[in-house]
Amino acid sequence: MNPFSSGTRLRDMIRAIRACKTAAEERAVVRKECASIRAAISENDQDYRHRNLAKLMFIHMLGYPTHFGQMECLKLIASPGFPEKRIGYLGLMLLLDERQEVLMLVTNSIKQDLNHTNQYIVGLALCALGNICSAEMARDLAPEVERLLQFRDPNIRKKAALCSIRIIKKVPDLAENFINPAASLLKEKHHGVLLTGVQLCTDMCNVSSEAHEHFKKKCIDGLVKVLKDLTNSPYAPEYDISGISDPFLHIRLLKLLRVLGQGDADASDIMNDILAQVATKTESNKNAGNAILYQCVVTIMSIEDNGGLRVLAVNILGRFLSSRDNNIRYVALNMLMKAIALDSQAVQRHRVTILECVKDSDASIRKRALELIYLLVNENNVKLLTKELIDYLEVTDPDFKEDLTAKICSIVEKFSPEKLWYIDQMLKVLSEAGNFVKDDVWHALIVVITNAPNLHGYTVRSLYKAVQTAGDQETLVRVAVWCIGEYGELLVSNTGVLDVEDPITVTEADALDVVETAIGNPSSDLTTRAMCLVASLKLSSHFPSCSKRVSDIVRHHKGSLVLELQQRAIEFNSIIEKHGKIRSTLVERMPVLDEATFSGRRAGSMPPSVSTSQGALPKIPNGVAKPTSAPLVDLLDFSSDDIPVPGGSGGDFLQDLLGVDISPSPSQVTSGTQKSGTDVLLDLLSIGTPPAQSNLSTLDILSPSQDIKSPVDVLTKLASPSPSAQTSTPVGGSSMLDLLDDFGTTLSLPETNGPTYPAIIAFESSSLKVTFNFSKEPGSPQTTLIEARFTNKSPNAYSNFVFQAAVPKFLQLHLDPASSNTLPANSNDSITQKLRVSNSQHGKKSLVMRLRINYKVNDKDVLEEGQINNFPRDL
Amino acid sequence: MIHFVLLISRQGKVRLTKWYSPYTQKERTKVIRELSGMILTRGPKLCNFVEWRGYKVVYKRYASLYFCMCIDQDDNELEVLEIIHHFVEILDRYFGSVCELDLIFNFHKAYYILDEILIAGELQESSKKTVARLVAAQDSLVEAAKEEASSISNIIAQATK
Repeated sequence: MNPFSSGTRLRDMIRAIRACKTAAEERAVVRKECASIRAAISENDQDYRHRNLAKLMFIHMLGYPTHFGQMECLKLIASPGFPEKRIGYLGLMLLLDERQEVLMLVTNSIKQDLNHTNQYIVGLALCALGNICSAEMARDLAPEVERLLQFRDPNIRKKAALCSIRIIKKVPDLAENFINPAASLLKEKHHGVLLTGVQLCTDMCNVSSEAHEHFKKKCIDGLVKVLKDLTNSPYAPEYDISGISDPFLHIRLLKLLRVLGQGDADASDIMNDILAQVATKTESNKNAGNAILYQCVVTIMSIEDNGGLRVLAVNILGRFLSSRDNNIRYVALNMLMKAIALDSQAVQRHRVTILECVKDSDASIRKRALELIYLLVNENNVKLLTKELIDYLEVTDPDFKEDLTAKICSIVEKFSPEKLWYIDQMLKVLSEAGNFVKDDVWHALIVVITNAPNLHGYTVRSLYKAVQTAGDQETLVRVAVWCIGEYGELLVSNTGVLDVEDPITVTEADALDVVETAIGNPSSDLTTRAMCLVASLKLSSHFPSCSKRVSDIVRHHKGSLVLELQQRAIEFNSIIEKHGKIRSTLVERMPVLDEATFSGRRAGSMPPSVSTSQGALPKIPNGVAKPTSAPLVDLLDFSSDDIPVPGGSGGDFLQDLLGVDISPSPSQVTSGTQKSGTDVLLDLLSIGTPPAQSNLSTLDILSPSQDIKSPVDVLTKLASPSPSAQTSTPVGGSSMLDLLDDFGTTLSLPETNGPTYPAIIAFESSSLKVTFNFSKEPGSPQTTLIEARFTNKSPNAYSNFVFQAAVPKFLQLHLDPASSNTLPANSNDSITQKLRVSNSQHGKKSLVMRLRINYKVNDKDVLEEGQINNFPRDL
Repeated sequence: MIHFVLLISRQGKVRLTKWYSPYTQKERTKVIRELSGMILTRGPKLCNFVEWRGYKVVYKRYASLYFCMCIDQDDNELEVLEIIHHFVEILDRYFGSVCELDLIFNFHKAYYILDEILIAGELQESSKKTVARLVAAQDSLVEAAKEEASSISNIIAQATK
């Protein structure tokens, strides 16, 4: 009858499972058992129900699905006997969690059991409720639990108290009903009830300010007395742990006192004496005592200031820190982190010890210590601490390097006293752990380098040296390649040698070697190789002796399978071969990068959306068509292409080609930078008779009236393997090509602007907004180009972002890839995607579209759908 | 609060799991895999805490079993070590020098004991004696019911002979 009476079947199953040698065997045994249990369930077998459930629990623990047994738990709970109920409740807690709807069915049974005459059955129901109750159940059963807080048996009272914690956490509104019964628990003598009562009060303070006030007014004196009695109590074997009477109760009392004393000087005053007593009298040679001391320190740190106590607390932490027990050191580091806000001087005193902890063999301790050190750094000790950390970087294991590198970079950036030091430290980090350095960090380094003209020579030489020994660190190689491209001649001519430098002799060929090695290294990624190509182009102008080698490198990449590289190579090749006259102006040194712009952009962690968005338009005088401005600057800018450029989705390779990454926003460059090559290019653009502006705007994509099949179109198509290339981005590119191939003059047409369409909000929900911008392709009025921009309105980032659209039969839709699949929190237009719709009934029917957006937020899949009917007419 | 309790053997087999915060079955499997990977590989002299997804996991090894409890960032780790020890001592007293096999074949009893120690992720009782008494009382209730049932079945068997 009872599964455990003979003990055979459950035991047999466990034995059989344990005897399995392979996972497949185990699966077979489990499958067989599950089949027989299912059969028993469908026959509604009562005799073996509890045994079957026990087996299911074991199977569940092994990780197999057992949902078919959930209803069995309910049946057992509903049966009258204690043994059935006991196993039924256990199954309920194991097999179900609060999110399952089956749980609602059990509410009534639990309610009956809470009113049962057998106190053990009441206990079972309370335990189940406390462990898995949902908000609905909490509301339904709160009155029962409240009543049980006054039950005659203390064991039920303590269970009810913990159950109440779950209830008020699920439904904070219910807290006020529990204030009085909770307060009366604090007067109990029974340790279990007192323990749970104190815990209940602590949790109530967290959810209800009313409860907080009540306990502060009525209970502090009582609590202090309880704690005093407890610390002075004689030996009580039942509660004694290594010489301390009930450390669990000690700790809970201290926690509650902390909550009550926070921000209240009077309350803090009352507890000062007892805290001092606990802090001085508790034995610290055993874990239990240390746990109490630790909690006491936490309380002292949180309540209102009392100088003497704080000193005591910091001393305890100092003692902990020098302990040989790793656990104690760990909690000390943890606690010092909080103490730093109160008394950073006291923490600074332990700096040396903490620094030792960074080098501990224990990952948990290292992590804590590193975070603490990070907080301890200030202007005075930055050099010393950075040196220690960088030295350690050399020997640490790879797992820790990432964290350590990030922290060092952050420290160096934040507190660097001078540029030379900053550059030195960064180079050390790059050579040691370049592969762990984040993109924005090395971007920042380049910005700093360009802003330190007197260090250009020194930097490029140091980089050259570093790259010889640490050529496997990709970010180091990138920075080095960039600097060699820019300041290569300083490397060769040894200009601006600082006193600290060892002189080196580098030939032009040596400098180019670095670039060539990097581009040829199979492990180099696209960014690095693209940077290498730009650098070699630059060197071809600075080092005439190497121009043959450079053109070999460039020509070699003309056949690259990577579109990006091929594009660059073809263009550079044509610069080298056909445009020798303007080459030197084209590859002039970069203008100094604006630090403020960069740091601003970085702080906002927003892609440089200004550059191509509508907002940038007014800044450009005389309404120069905006798409052309970006690629112009792009050519001058040769940083990486990591940050997607809004406005160019699938076809943004031209922008990528030259990247707008670190540059100030293009509109500023075109209007602001005076001596750079931009102006030269602008001048070049005005080769045609009309002024530059109109020349540019004839290229505007928005002009459908261009009926001639101009060379632009041909070129556009030639130059753009991707179908989306007809959009705004390549126009700039094609104009560049034009320009270089002297087609410019044929294009001097009168300025015409095509019809424009207002942008619409295609879709908007509480978390997401989608806007559409429209444009027409010249010569094909039935085709509309749509640029979709996505705005994340929530504070969470979305990943795996996928936008899909569907149209009726009279329309044809083509979607280009999106610029990215992650949408940062609270970002505007950070993903763009181009759509191309052909309307076969143009002029008769207007566009209509359904959309569907999938993304992941906090690991949850979200699906949003909508229909767009508000397209402008005549599209 | 304690978010979950795990007992994992040195081979990575799960011996007991108790979840006080909602985790789906899939998440549970993932959590167990992640944590056993982290904890079982740690050396013997290191501290008993690992940081994991913004929580802390306090673990302690007893013979071949790792007892793990996951707590909030600002909970008292040292106290949780005491709670683990408290649980182990009660198990030891109940089974009489407990071993892993006891917990495998009598896993339900281990759960009953845990339910007398923790509810809603909070400690319920600091006295080992009280816990032992409560579990024994409930066990004897089960025994009594069992005897009654068998005597009834005997009577029925005799009556229908």
